[in-house]
Amino acid sequence: MLKRIFAGALALAIPFAPVQAQEKVLKAVMHADVRVIDPMWTTQTIANIHGMLVYDTLFGNDAQMKPQPQMVGKYDISPDKLTYTFTLRDGLKFGDGSPVTTKDVIASLQRWGKKDGVGIRLMSFVDKLEAVDDKTFRMVLKKPYGMVLESLGKTNSSVAVIMREKEAMTDPQQQVKESIGSGPFNFAKDQWVPGSKAVYVKNPHYVPRPGNEPPSSFAGTKFAGVDRIELIWISDPQTAMSALINGEIDFFEAPSIDFLPILEKAKGVKLMKTGTLDSTHGMIRLNHLQPPFDNPKARQAMYHLINQEDFLRAIVGNPAYYRVCHGLITCGSPLANDGGSAMLKDYNPKKALQLLKEAGYKGEPITVLQATDHVTITPATQVLIQAMREAGINVDAQAMDWGSVVSRRAKKDPPAQGGWNIFVTTTGGVGSANPVLHTWIGAACDKGLFGWPCDAKIEELRNAFAFAQTDEERKKIATELQTRAIEQVVYIPFGQWTVPLAYRADRIDGIVPNTGLAVLWNIKKK
Amino acid sequence: MTAYIVRRLFATLPVMAVVAVFVFFLIRFAPGDPAAIIAGEDATAEAIAQVRAKLGLDRPFMEQFFIWILQMLQGDLGVSIFSNLPVSRLIVQRVEPTVALTLSTLFVAVALAIPIGVVAAWKARRLVDRLVMGFAVLGFAMPVFVLAYILIYFFAVQWQLLPVQGYRPIAEGFWPFVESLILPSVALGVTYMALIARITRASMLEVLAQDYIRTANAKGLATDRVLLLHALKNAAVPIVTVIGIGIALLISGVVITETVFNIPGLGRLTVDAVLKRDYPVVQGLILVFAAAKVLVNLIIDISYAFLDPRIRY
Repeated sequence: MLKRIFAGALALAIPFAPVQAQEKVLKAVMHADVRVIDPMWTTQTIANIHGMLVYDTLFGNDAQMKPQPQMVGKYDISPDKLTYTFTLRDGLKFGDGSPVTTKDVIASLQRWGKKDGVGIRLMSFVDKLEAVDDKTFRMVLKKPYGMVLESLGKTNSSVAVIMREKEAMTDPQQQVKESIGSGPFNFAKDQWVPGSKAVYVKNPHYVPRPGNEPPSSFAGTKFAGVDRIELIWISDPQTAMSALINGEIDFFEAPSIDFLPILEKAKGVKLMKTGTLDSTHGMIRLNHLQPPFDNPKARQAMYHLINQEDFLRAIVGNPAYYRVCHGLITCGSPLANDGGSAMLKDYNPKKALQLLKEAGYKGEPITVLQATDHVTITPATQVLIQAMREAGINVDAQAMDWGSVVSRRAKKDPPAQGGWNIFVTTTGGVGSANPVLHTWIGAACDKGLFGWPCDAKIEELRNAFAFAQTDEERKKIATELQTRAIEQVVYIPFGQWTVPLAYRADRIDGIVPNTGLAVLWNIKKK
Repeated sequence: MTAYIVRRLFATLPVMAVVAVFVFFLIRFAPGDPAAIIAGEDATAEAIAQVRAKLGLDRPFMEQFFIWILQMLQGDLGVSIFSNLPVSRLIVQRVEPTVALTLSTLFVAVALAIPIGVVAAWKARRLVDRLVMGFAVLGFAMPVFVLAYILIYFFAVQWQLLPVQGYRPIAEGFWPFVESLILPSVALGVTYMALIARITRASMLEVLAQDYIRTANAKGLATDRVLLLHALKNAAVPIVTVIGIGIALLISGVVITETVFNIPGLGRLTVDAVLKRDYPVVQGLILVFAAAKVLVNLIIDISYAFLDPRIRY
C-alpha cells in the first residue's frame, strides 16, 4: 500500500514513462562482468559463459562427461581410429543469417588449436583437417588420439566454439572484433556497457537439435527460452542478494556463502546446486624452480601442514557445500582414486618443519603471494600463512590484489628479485576430473603452468591416458598419474566445494543443471 | 572577465600535461599486468607473453608514452585493452549516471543544508542549533555504505518503495530515472548536507555579527529579509566554495555509493579499470577528471565576482 501511495503521488506529479514492450527478459547476475567477447582469446570463465550463449560447439559433454553431438548431425570414426568424418546438421545459420559451412568450422578449429592447451595437444596429432563439402569435413590423425570428441566438447578453459570464417581468421593472440555465432542468442554489442551490462537477444536463425532431447549438461536440445537476457554486473554481493530478494533480478550465479542462510529463507527464492561435480578445487602451488621447493622432500613436507577442514571451514563454512578430497583428480568423478593419497592425510606440523630442515631449509623467508581481494583465495592464503607460522616457518607474506598475484606468479626470478615461493589458487572441478583437461596436474617444465613442475613420467602418463581405448585402461593410468603427481607435489589440494546458484523460482524455471559452467539457455520466464 | 577566462583556460594546459605524464608512469610502475589478467587462470607464461606482445605492452615505456601522446594530440583516448572498445565510448556511457547522481545529491544537500544552516545560525546556541550540529556530526561520522545498506534494507527490501540498485536513464522515463536516484542521493547527500550546513552556520554567524545587520534589524526589517537578502548573500562565498569542492569530489569520488547501489558511473569505471590494469581507460579517465576539476574551479572563481562585487578579475 505504501508503495502504491508513494509511486502514485509521484506519478501524478510527473509526466509519464514510456510503455515497456512485453518481451520476456531474464536478468541475471553472474560471478564476473563480460569484458572480453572472444572465448578463445582468454581462459576466463565469464568469456566462456558469453561464448556458450552466442556460439555453438560441435560436441557437448553430457552430465557423465561423455561427448554428444551438438552442431554435428552424424559422425563416423574409421576402424583404425585415425579418420573422423563429421557432417553438420541441416540448416545451421549464424546470427546474421549466413549459413554455417565447413570453412567456418575448419577456420575456427585451427584458431582454437593454436590458442588453447587442449586444442594445441589435439592439433599436434592432426595430420589433415579438410572439407569434403559445405557440410562435411574430415579430421585425419597421425596417431589414434583418444580424446578428440572430449576435446571438441570441453567447456573449461578456452572452448572450441564455431565462429564465422571471417572472425576465425583473426590472429589467435588478438581478440575478435565481432561476436556472431550460431548459438541460441545474439550478442547486442551496441547495448554493451563493459563493467555494467551485457545484453543478448534471441537469435531468430538458431536451429536447435531436433527431437526435443532432454538437456544433460552441455548435450541435448537447447533453445532460447526468453527474448532477451541481460547479464547485469553487480559487484557488491549484498546488493545482488537484496536485488534478488526484491525481484529486480531473476538469477544469481554466485551468491556469497555468508548470505546463503538469508536466501534459503527468502520468499520466492530457491538455491540450486548444479551439476554432479563440485565446481571448485583448491590448490597450493609451490615454485619448483626456487629453493627450498626445488627439492621434492621440501615440497612433500608441506603436505603435513595442511588440514583441509581448516581451509574449507574458512572459505565455505557449511559442510553441505564442501568436501575433503585427498586426491588431485576431482573426488566424485569417474576417475577419482586413492593413488598416493596417504601422503595427503598425515597432518603433522612438527614433522613438516623437521622434513624441511632435512631438505636443507635454514629459516630463510618463504615468499607467499597473499591475495587480499579474492572471495576464496584470500581466506585460504590466510589459513596457509597461519599454519606455516605456527609450524615455525619464516613466512614473507606479500599482500597484493589478485591482479598483481596473477602478474607476479608468472615471474621465474628468485623471490628477492620479484619472484615467489608459494601462491594459492583454484581450478574447476570438471577440468580436474580428466587428466588431459586438467592442466595443473601437468609437469611440462618451462611450457607448463606457473610453478613449473618438471617430470617426464607425468607427461608420459598424460599422453598415455589420451591414447587409452577403454575405461579400465583410463582408470589405471589415472591412478598411476595421480600417485606420481602427488609424489612430485605438482600442487597441494585443500578440498573442493560448490556454491549453489540462487534464482527466483516464482518467476523462472528450466535451469539446466550443467556441470562446471552456468548456462542460461532453456530457462523460461513464467 | 573574458580575458581572465581565456587566461585560466590556457593555464589548464600545463596542468593537464603534468597530469598526463604523472598518470602514465604511475600506473605502469604499479604492480600488475593486464596481459596476465586477459590470458586468464589457465594460461601459460608463454601465452601471457604473446598477449603482452600483441598489445604492445612489451615495448619500452617511452615508446608507449609517445604513441599515447600522439594519439591524445589527435583527440584519440585509445582503446580498452579488455573490451576493445574506444575509451571515449566507455567514458561517455558512464557520464550520464555520474552527472545525474552528482546533481541530485547536490540538490538534496543544498536544498536542505542551507536552510538548516541559516536557521542554526539564527537560533545559535539554542536547541535547534544543537540539533543541527548533532546531525552534522552524525552525518560526518556515519560511513556512506552503512547508511546505504540501512536505506536499502528499509526502503527497498522491507517496504519495497524503491529499487535496490541500478540506474535508469532519463530516456526510459522521468519517474524510473528519479526512482533510481533517490536512495543513492540521500545516502551520499547526508555527508555533504552536514558539511554545507556547518559551513553555512559558521559563515552566517560571522555575517550576523556585522554592524550592517544590526542596522538592518534596528531599521525594523523583517527577519527573513535580513537573513536571506542581507546575511546569506554575504555569507555565500565560502558556501559556494564548499559546494564547488563537493561537485569535484562527487564527479570522481562516488565509488562506494556507485558500488553499493550498482550505478554504472565514472567512479566504478575507474576502480574496475585500475583493478584490471586497463591502462588506456585509467589514463583517459584521470585526464577527464582533471579537466572537470579545473573547469569546476574556474566556474566557482567566476561566481565569486557575481556574489561579491568587491571581487574583480
